[in-house]
Amino acid sequence: MLSRTAWSLYWLGRYIERADFVARLVEATVRLDALSARPAGEAAWASALTVTDSEEAFAATGERLSQQFVARFLTLDATNPGSIVRCLDRARDNARAVRTALTREAWTSINRAWLIFNNRASPGGAAATLNLVEAVKAETRGFEGAIHRMMRNQASWFIRLGQAIERADNTARLIDVKYHLLLPEGERVGGAIDRDQWTTILQTVSAVTAYRWLYSEGLRPGDVIDLLLARAELPRSLAATTEEAVEILSALGKRTGLQGEADRMARMRQARMAKTRSSEVIKSGLHQYLQAFIDENALLDAAIARQFRFTH
Amino acid sequence: MEPRGLWGFDVTMGKRRAFDEIWGTGGRRRPRKELAELARWIEATPASELSRRQHAAEAAFRQLGITFAVYGDADAAERIIPFDIVPRVFLADEWARLSEGLVQRVEAINAFLDDVYGEARIVREGVLPPDLVFGNPQFRPEIAGMKPPHHVWAHICGIDLVRTGPDQFWVLEDNARTPSGVSYMLENREAMIRLCPELFRSFRVAPVDGYTDMLLQTMKSVAPPGAGSSPNCVVLTPGHYNSAYYEHSFLADNLGVELVEAADLVVDDDVVWMRTIAGRVKVDVIYRRVDDDFLDPLVFRPDSMLGVPGLIAAYAAGNVTIINAPGTGIADDKAIYSYMPEIVRFYSGEEAKLPIVRTWRCREPDALEYVLDHLDELVVKLVDGSGGYGMLVGPTASDEEIANFRAALVAEPHRYIAQPTLALSTVPTLGDKGVVPRHVDFRPFVLTGASGVQVVPGGLTRVALREGSLVVNSSQGGGTKDSFVLLGDEPEVRA
Amino acid sequence: MRLSIDHLTRYRFSQPQARIVQLLRLTPSDTDDQTIVSWRIDVDCDARLREGRDGFGNRTTMLYIDGPITGIEIAVAGEVLTGEVDGVVKGTLEPLPPALFARSTDLTRADAAIAAFAAAARGAPRAQLESLNTAFAKRFALSHARPDHGLTAAEAFARETATPRDMAQMFVAAARSLGLPARYVSGHCLTCEREAERPTTHGWAEAHVEGEGWIGFDPSFARPIDQTYVRVACGLDAAQAAPVAGSRLGAGREWLDVDVQVERMNGGEQ
Repeated sequence: MLSRTAWSLYWLGRYIERADFVARLVEATVRLDALSARPAGEAAWASALTVTDSEEAFAATGERLSQQFVARFLTLDATNPGSIVRCLDRARDNARAVRTALTREAWTSINRAWLIFNNRASPGGAAATLNLVEAVKAETRGFEGAIHRMMRNQASWFIRLGQAIERADNTARLIDVKYHLLLPEGERVGGAIDRDQWTTILQTVSAVTAYRWLYSEGLRPGDVIDLLLARAELPRSLAATTEEAVEILSALGKRTGLQGEADRMARMRQARMAKTRSSEVIKSGLHQYLQAFIDENALLDAAIARQFRFTH
Repeated sequence: MEPRGLWGFDVTMGKRRAFDEIWGTGGRRRPRKELAELARWIEATPASELSRRQHAAEAAFRQLGITFAVYGDADAAERIIPFDIVPRVFLADEWARLSEGLVQRVEAINAFLDDVYGEARIVREGVLPPDLVFGNPQFRPEIAGMKPPHHVWAHICGIDLVRTGPDQFWVLEDNARTPSGVSYMLENREAMIRLCPELFRSFRVAPVDGYTDMLLQTMKSVAPPGAGSSPNCVVLTPGHYNSAYYEHSFLADNLGVELVEAADLVVDDDVVWMRTIAGRVKVDVIYRRVDDDFLDPLVFRPDSMLGVPGLIAAYAAGNVTIINAPGTGIADDKAIYSYMPEIVRFYSGEEAKLPIVRTWRCREPDALEYVLDHLDELVVKLVDGSGGYGMLVGPTASDEEIANFRAALVAEPHRYIAQPTLALSTVPTLGDKGVVPRHVDFRPFVLTGASGVQVVPGGLTRVALREGSLVVNSSQGGGTKDSFVLLGDEPEVRA
Repeated sequence: MRLSIDHLTRYRFSQPQARIVQLLRLTPSDTDDQTIVSWRIDVDCDARLREGRDGFGNRTTMLYIDGPITGIEIAVAGEVLTGEVDGVVKGTLEPLPPALFARSTDLTRADAAIAAFAAAARGAPRAQLESLNTAFAKRFALSHARPDHGLTAAEAFARETATPRDMAQMFVAAARSLGLPARYVSGHCLTCEREAERPTTHGWAEAHVEGEGWIGFDPSFARPIDQTYVRVACGLDAAQAAPVAGSRLGAGREWLDVDVQVERMNGGEQ
């Protein structure tokens, strides 16, 4: 496979995953802000910007911190490199560049997702915004299905590898930002606002049902952290994405005969993760832990690029 | 598809009916007898049914993404070239004559290219004026003296033809650089087989789906001597922003070869490699869909970062075959076109079997005088113009346009040629109110490999969808049709 | 005359380059008037070099270097025996006919000013060319500044000083506007490079006169080509005859340094 093709497929996976994550983040934030019993208002939208690392870019637009403007910024703003429309644009661009490596089904799901945003200027009110992100999620789910139905070949592995790396980064950022925001000193943990906030997090990673199944004690921050960090049953947990990266790399290794630095890094991360207890992590400093995880994930991304000669 | 200038207007349309390829010149009552069956099909199939099938074909094309639109356009995903459901048919003997002419012409084109970049006998012996060849921007001095394997330069030619009568075929233009449109030939046929299977029961239509195999065989046959028994072939595209990207990916897919961009290729030690996840893999044959200018920034455009530095060195060293070879543009130049009968005669010793449209070279005083006297009936073109730029269409031009053009022509006569307007043939075509005659042209694809020239039995028919229009360009409302070539009566001998 | 030539080309890059591919036209060919006694190209790093010829018949060397690399030094050293020249160049490899050199390029297109300037040269072709050959040196002060590789003949003509490259390109443009095939020649010259403060590859011109052949002119010094000149490469313009055409893979800026020394050696007299 051409290095450029592999590189495009990998980034196709990353951008689709990012678009999907931002869609879910917007959805959860709309609920938190507008639909919960105690609307979280500005703080909710500010934290959505922090998770996507775009507070400064938003501040530069000079707009107010409100659903109207932040939701537009995160979904439709073509000047925001992290907006859904830009992610889909980049995903489609990468898909076009490797059309011969994709099935028609995979291509059309990306194309359809991209078309949702054609000539659309505003996400509209809360309900319309929810409809919009729901449509995006439907297409990315369709894409996910198409990838899983693609022949288990190198092309599908590279897309999934990109998704796994992106997903790890997104989940880590989400926990990092929300954990600090949601445990303000002096406030009683377990209050109504916490409930809504924690539900928001679980919604963002599609984990509401999984949580109910796995934990019987009701919503407890420690359990939510445990689920997102250490439970491989949840596809978006750090443990699951770590495992997935190892599996995909070894599948690629079997197919291409290429094993190296990226495999070693991914396996080491997995071994460490297996010994991790979330309660200990919380005690010794969750923020430091997540920062280290995000940094390591970036190093793994670079190692993948070297191993498969993405760049010259 | 590359834009091409509008051809000309039929001044005689009002007085005389153009030749219709099914009904001849006799009107609807008497179809040409070999095509009576097709005429019956057209009459018997309700327009609504034809229309339904046509829409089904277009929907399929849209889904496949057979687009030609410029990327970034808001409607990029929607724009396809209109497809017409009524096929155009060539009889077996018509086709036999046509292909003989095509083979002869493409052989001459290759002999001409081999000569002008080598000894240039045709110039030394006074057949062509030196400045017409060597002063021509399409002649690339940078590759003089370099020889492609087996002396094949133009491996893939698209020869544009028009028809004015039962036996009157004319070459309008040779495309010896990177002719496009072959994906339409193949996709149109796929659609017809699916949507009008009854036609394939009524007629024995020569299949076109062997084209990609023929092309792959052609590519492999001209691999460099050092390539070994299974040469590595690739298709080189300018990238997915290019308007013909669909065709590039279609061809790579159907040939089963990698679709590469310049950045995927590196030249080292005069050998071309492609960069893969497992390291470098040697490349032996490049079917390039990029212009000469963008092949190698060290040799052609230094400002182009699109090319592959060192590619021409690898070519000169005989380590890679470039399809078509660099420099083939000189063979399809408009000024050279007017000499094609002489060129065919010079290399084959025969008269050209396919005539060209009568061409006045304004550089010659007698011709100039005639052209100046008949500006209102002629099409006058810049020899190096394209896309209709620098062109006068006499019959539709205003007095002022003619006067302006006259001045330009007198100032620089050597830059112009003139041709008569032609009454292009029509083919029944589905319009809003049923089947109506519309003008067509035709581009067959001719392949040249180590063992000779082959013509695919089919091609791309372009049709001007507006009544009376002779403009077949896709950018100006032109569409495409399937082109049936009928097999002869005698059963085919199969090996 | 026996001439020794040392030609050093040095590139430095602000950031390491991943790959470098260069097309070098640094090696002269034997002609009736010049015999290459010895010639070598040395590169100061691991490189792969491949000899060849371009379409104009020039000897070329492809240079392939893998990075990371922050600079290259290409050292050319050689000895050439030159003979008396009557102005007409003989024994060059000519893959292309003179008619080709009647065409202009973007760098050598004669604008109205150059064409008018050229039209002042009267007489038979050779006389016209000889008169052009002195006209440019009279009109422009010779500059030894680093030549600007993007400058066209027409742009150069609007200035007051001209480098040898520009003088030669203007001459070529002017000769073609008179209907005479002409070409740019790059090479070395015993006296010109000595006069320059920062010596670099010299440039002059050749024009074709029916019945006589290619005749060498050095419009920078208003003189015909003689045995102090060593002809290396020719092309339709300076770019096509340039000593180096390069491509690098990597970001950042580059600096180029060139030094040429041409010396007369003893024992070469005929």
